[in-house]
Amino acid sequence: MDLFLQLTLAGLAIGSIYSCVALAVVMIYQATDHFNFAQGEMAMFSTYVAWTLVGLGAPVWLAFLLAVGISFLAGVVIERVIVKPVENAPVLNQIIVFIGLLVIFNSVAGWIWEFTIKPFPSLFPEDLGFKSTLIGPHHIGVIALTLGVLALVFAFFRFTRVGLAMRAAAANPDSARLVGVSVGWMLALGWGLAASIGAVGGILVAPIVFLEPNMMAGVLLYGFAGALLGGVSSPGGAVLGGLVVGVLENWVGQYVPGGSELKLTFALILIVGVLVFKPAGLFGRVVVRRV
Amino acid sequence: MAFLEVRRLEAYYRQTQALFGVDFVLDEGSITAVLGANGAGKTTTLRAICRMVRTEGEVVFDGQDLSGLSTERVVGLGIAHVPEGRGTFVRQSVEENLQLGAYTRKNKADIAADMESVYGYFPRLGERRRQQAGTLSGGEQQMLAIGRALMLRPKLMLLDEPSFGLAPLIVREIYEIMARIREREGTSMLLVEQNASIALELADHAYLLETGRVVMGGESSLLRDDENIRRIYLGY
Repeated sequence: MDLFLQLTLAGLAIGSIYSCVALAVVMIYQATDHFNFAQGEMAMFSTYVAWTLVGLGAPVWLAFLLAVGISFLAGVVIERVIVKPVENAPVLNQIIVFIGLLVIFNSVAGWIWEFTIKPFPSLFPEDLGFKSTLIGPHHIGVIALTLGVLALVFAFFRFTRVGLAMRAAAANPDSARLVGVSVGWMLALGWGLAASIGAVGGILVAPIVFLEPNMMAGVLLYGFAGALLGGVSSPGGAVLGGLVVGVLENWVGQYVPGGSELKLTFALILIVGVLVFKPAGLFGRVVVRRV
Repeated sequence: MAFLEVRRLEAYYRQTQALFGVDFVLDEGSITAVLGANGAGKTTTLRAICRMVRTEGEVVFDGQDLSGLSTERVVGLGIAHVPEGRGTFVRQSVEENLQLGAYTRKNKADIAADMESVYGYFPRLGERRRQQAGTLSGGEQQMLAIGRALMLRPKLMLLDEPSFGLAPLIVREIYEIMARIREREGTSMLLVEQNASIALELADHAYLLETGRVVMGGESSLLRDDENIRRIYLGY
């Protein structure tokens, strides 16, 4: 029983990181109708920025906050400079731009910081004032921090004027312009926010998977699986999907014979399964288009 | 100078020209109707004023030349556009739709007061304020679109076929409320309609558009009373 609880709690911790990535992906998807394949690599880059700041002597929390802020600005700049010029281009062109971003971030990170694996410090102290055999201190911190961040993001979209305008701009750009919303800047803001949320995920996962340019490949795949499972049209569903995928991943690794080798396969099976049997996901809307 | 002055206005969708030198004026506090058949350029005229299509020529609003401005800037000057198809934010609530209408304004107390006044004009929206706007009926969505425009406290409202696809009784109700809005708020309106008879009842002036050109204009009573115009152009 203890093992089951340990697996589940650790799954929730890693799953909350998948939730961050899934939410970032869904935010961009809602505004542009495309997956940002570079979301993971952007998060990885943000994590390196935090690592560099720590190396320069910054306390790890300050490095975290600075990296998240820098990622926000970088996200805005990427949208304005790289994504905006192709916003009316055919789908394939846009996807190639996203994949191009992925490759660029990956190789530039390798070029600057090399491909060797680096340890990354946890944001949370070893000693939280109590001990548990079921869950480690980093995992507790991860769950608390991601839930806090996700709650903030939801409050922002739900209760602020700019959050409402961003939702409006994504859902109905023409109408949003007609009430005076600057749709272009709302998209840029969305990229900034997505980059920040991704950065939180990257910095939290780095102590677990270690820092290296390819560290987000698996995380992004699980994030995609979570986003699809919950429904790409539902931010809340994507967060829940991320958590579910995290827990399932751990269960499969333990209880399915040979499962520890099949974890990534499981994510892919989930992705294909959802796309085949329930393309809208658990909480998504079915979009009907007139032909 | 008139409140809204449109001179030699041309509009283009990519290479296709849709307006060929449209001229008209609108006086402050008045309602002007633009009538015409399908494809005459009525919607395009409104979209051209809001800078949603590529244009040439001049649009001067309240002494300011609108050419070169973005749509958002035009809205900021106090021009509210009730678009073709109503432009509902379907997943947002009725209240959020109205809040979006006031996006360019800052004073929260004023906004709250205006929201109550919109519910005064359209009690049915008040009853459904927490409801998802996409679940409203067509008539209610048209009311919501007008309410959203009112939330801007507009100096000029552009209304694109408020009668479109609605039952005659609902159309009448909506036009009565528009008359009441003009009476109380003194809002100028530029009204595009295919339903010429009801538009001419409300409007002070009317222009007739045919394949992107103004072919006739004047007091609405003149157009209404002229048997030939009615039969040939307005079809009633």
